[in-house]
Amino acid sequence: MSPANVMPQTGSSQAQKPAAPKLALRNVQRSFGPIQILYDISIELHPGEVHALIGENGAGKSTAMKIMSGYLAASDGVIELDGKPVTFERSREAEAMGVTLIHQEFNLAQALSVEQNIFLGHELKKGWLLDHASMRAQTRDLLEGLETPLDPRIKTSDISVPEKQMVEIAKALSRKARVLIMDEPTAALTTRETAVLFKQIERLKAEGTAILYTSHKLDEVARIADRVTVMRDGRIVRTAERGEMNEDQMAEAMVGRELSDMFPRKHHSDGADPVLEVKNFTIGTLVKDVSFTLRRGEILGFAGLVGSGRTELMEGLIGVRHSTGSVAINGAPIHIHSVEAAMNAGLVYLPEDRKEHGLILTQDMRRNLTLLALKKFSNILIDSKAEEVALDKAIEEFDIRAPSRDVLVGNMSGGNQQKVLLAKIMLADPQIVIIDEPTRGIDVGTKQQFYTFIHRLADEGHSVIVISSEMTEVIGLCDRVCVMRRGEIAGEVNGADVNEDTIVRLAMGLDKKGNGNG
Amino acid sequence: MADTNANAPNKTGFKLDVQALGPILALVALIVIGALLNPDFLASKNITNVLSRSSFIGIIAVGMTFVITAGGLDLSVGSMTAFIAGIMIMVMNALLPGLGAGWFVILIGMGTGLLVGALAGAANGFLITRMSIEAFIVTLGSMVIFRSLVTWLADGGTISLNFSIGSLYEPVYYGGLFGIRWPIIVFAVVAIIGEIAMRHTTYGRHCSAIGSNEQVARFSAVHVQRVRMTTYVVLGILVGLASVLYVPRLGSASNSTGTLWELETIAAVIIGGTLLSGGFGRVWGTVVGVLILGLIDNILNLTDLVSPYLNGAIQGLIIILAVVLQRARKTSR
Repeated sequence: MSPANVMPQTGSSQAQKPAAPKLALRNVQRSFGPIQILYDISIELHPGEVHALIGENGAGKSTAMKIMSGYLAASDGVIELDGKPVTFERSREAEAMGVTLIHQEFNLAQALSVEQNIFLGHELKKGWLLDHASMRAQTRDLLEGLETPLDPRIKTSDISVPEKQMVEIAKALSRKARVLIMDEPTAALTTRETAVLFKQIERLKAEGTAILYTSHKLDEVARIADRVTVMRDGRIVRTAERGEMNEDQMAEAMVGRELSDMFPRKHHSDGADPVLEVKNFTIGTLVKDVSFTLRRGEILGFAGLVGSGRTELMEGLIGVRHSTGSVAINGAPIHIHSVEAAMNAGLVYLPEDRKEHGLILTQDMRRNLTLLALKKFSNILIDSKAEEVALDKAIEEFDIRAPSRDVLVGNMSGGNQQKVLLAKIMLADPQIVIIDEPTRGIDVGTKQQFYTFIHRLADEGHSVIVISSEMTEVIGLCDRVCVMRRGEIAGEVNGADVNEDTIVRLAMGLDKKGNGNG
Repeated sequence: MADTNANAPNKTGFKLDVQALGPILALVALIVIGALLNPDFLASKNITNVLSRSSFIGIIAVGMTFVITAGGLDLSVGSMTAFIAGIMIMVMNALLPGLGAGWFVILIGMGTGLLVGALAGAANGFLITRMSIEAFIVTLGSMVIFRSLVTWLADGGTISLNFSIGSLYEPVYYGGLFGIRWPIIVFAVVAIIGEIAMRHTTYGRHCSAIGSNEQVARFSAVHVQRVRMTTYVVLGILVGLASVLYVPRLGSASNSTGTLWELETIAAVIIGGTLLSGGFGRVWGTVVGVLILGLIDNILNLTDLVSPYLNGAIQGLIIILAVVLQRARKTSR
C-alpha cells in the first residue's frame, strides 16, 4: 500500500484525483552491486498534478527518476503506466509511451542547431526528405511559449546555460509527453526564467500532464507542488498533499537526523595565523573582486548556487584560469600561474568533476595516485617501488576498497574514486587543501568517512577550503562560510550564523549580511 | 562484483597479456614463413639488409609513438625526411669548395640535418599547441609543403651529393661495429632509450596522461602544451637522425624520397599496440611493428608467391587488422 493512498485528500481536489495514477512505482528496489540505493519506493504521478520529489543529494531521487523514465531498470518492484505493469527496456520505449525525462545534465548535441536538437531522433519528414520548414516553425512556437526567443538555427554550443535548459524543456514539450519528469530544471535558471517555466508547468497541468518535479529550492516546491514526497537514504520518509508541510518541515524531513550525528565536532581556529590571504581577486566576469582569508587548521566553506563562481575562483587560485588581484601565502605575496606553481606553494585543489578533471579513468590506481606529485618519485627514472609503497599507504590511510590493485580507476565506485583523488592531492604534501564538492555522487557511509578525513586534515594543521552545494555539508563541516553570488562574496558568516537560512538568503541575494567582509 | 580490500596480496608476478603477445606472435610467424619459403631469408646478409632498411622507419616510429601517445599525430615525417636530406646535401655541396672533402663538412651536414629536423618539428608543434590547430590539419599541410620544397630545391629532379663527400660519408650507412651496421645500432639505442623514457620517466607518464585526458593532466600539474610541443620536436630530431643515416645510402634526395614513410611509421606504431586515440604507448611494440612491416616487404621480394607490388595492400590489411584487435581489447574489458 503506497503512503499516498492513506493521506487525507485535502487541498484543491480535482475531478481526476481519485482516478488511477498515470505512472506509479510500486515497491521498487534498486541495488548497484552490493549497495542498495532504493528501498521499497512507491510513488504515484496523477494527471494534471505536480508531484515534487525532494531529498538531499544522494537520497536516491535521480535513481528513482531514471527508473521511471526507463534509463535504469528496477532490481525489484513494479512500474505501472495507466494501471498496467510495464517494463521499459530503454529510455526510448518510455518516451514512445509518453514518459519523458528532462535531464539535469544537458543531453544536447553541441554541434547541432537548436532546431536539430529539438527534433533529434524524431525528425519531421516530407516524403523522404526532412521537412525543415515545419520543424523550424514548431521550434519557434515552442521557444516562444517558453519566452526564449532563440533563432532555431543557432548552434547549441553558442547559447547560454539557461537557454540550454529551455531548449531541453522545449524538446520534452515537443514530444507531447503525458508524464514529464524534471530533474532540477531551475538549477540553472534565473528568477525570471523560473517564472516562465512555472507558467508552462501550469499550462501542462491544465492539459492533464502528470509532472514529477525535483528541486533543492524548497520555496519553489511549496509554490508549485500539489504533492510532495520526501526521500532520505534511499527510502521514502513522507508523502504529503499541498499545504501539509511547510518549508521547514520539508527540510527537517530531508535531513532527518541531527547534523551532529553525521559530522565530527567542529573545532575553532579563530586566533590562528592567516595562511592564505586573497585580495581583490578577479577572473574576467566570472569572479569579481573577491577577498578572503584562510587560517591555519581552519575549515572554510564556500557556499552559493551553481554558477556563482566558486569553482572558477578556486581554479583561478591554482593557476588554471587567468586572474588579477593579490594572493599571499604565509604572508608572502605570490603569483600562481600554473598548477605546478600552486603545488610548490603548498596549495592543491580537488576538482569538482572527478571524471573529467580529477582522475584518468583508463589507468590504474598507482599511476593516478602519483601523477600530481610524480616529481617526488622520480630522479631521472620513476621509482616504482616507492610508488607501490605510496599506494599501500593511501589504501590504508583513506580506506580505499578495490577488487584488485591494478583495477582501472574507471571501474571503481564513485566513493573509492574520490578517495584515490583525495590521496592523490595529499601526496603533494600541501598546506592548503581546496576540496570542491567533496561528496558528490557518493553513498552516505562514505560521505561520513570523508567528513572524518576532512577534519583529520584540519587537525593535522592543514587549512581546508570546502566548496559544497549541499547545505548540510557546509553547515556541518565549516567553522566559517563565505557565500558567493554572481561571482562576488555576498557575505561571510560564522558561529551561530552558519545556518541554512542565513546562507540561502545570502546565496539568493535576499539580504547582504556580512561580518568580516567589510 | 564484490569489493575486496585492495591491500590484499600484492601481485608482483608477470602477467601474460595476450593482446601484447599478438604482434610478437605475428613476427615469429613471419620469420618462420620466411625461412621456410627461402633458405636465404635467414642469411646474415639478408637480415642485415632488412634491419638497416627498417631502421629509418624505426627511428622515426619511436618518436611517433610519443606523439601518438600524447594524443597527437604527424603526417609530415616522410616529406620532412626528403626535405632534410635535400638541405643536408646542398649544405655539404656548398661547403665543399671552401673546406674540402673532409669529415668536418660531413659533421656540419649532420648537424644541419638534426637542426632542421628540430626546427621543422617545432614549427609543427607550435601550430598545434600554441595556435590550437588540429594535428591532422597542421601536419597534412606541412607534409605537402615539405614535399613541394624539396621538389623546388631539386628543380624537379634529384639533388646529388658530391662524389668525393659521398664516398667518405658512405660508411655511416654501410659500415658499423662488430659487423652490425650503424643504422641498426642507432635504431637499437633510440628504441632502448625510448622504451625506458616511456615506461620509467615522468615524461612518458605525462605523455600518456595527456593522451588519456588532457584536462586531468592539466589539473595534475602537467605542462600539457610544453610536453606536447616536445613530442613534436623530438620527433623532428629523430627524423633528422634518420636523414643523417639515409643520405649516405643513396647520396641523393628527390621528390620521391621518403614517400609514404608517414604511413609506414604510423602503421608500425599502431601494429605495436599503441592506441591511435592516445593515452597508451608501447615503444617495444613499435619496434616489433617496424620489423613486421620490414619482413613482409622482404619476404615478398624474396619469394614469388605474391607480387611485391601488393606489398602496400598487405600492409594496409595489417593496419586495419591491428586496429580491429585493439577495438576488441577495449570492448572486452
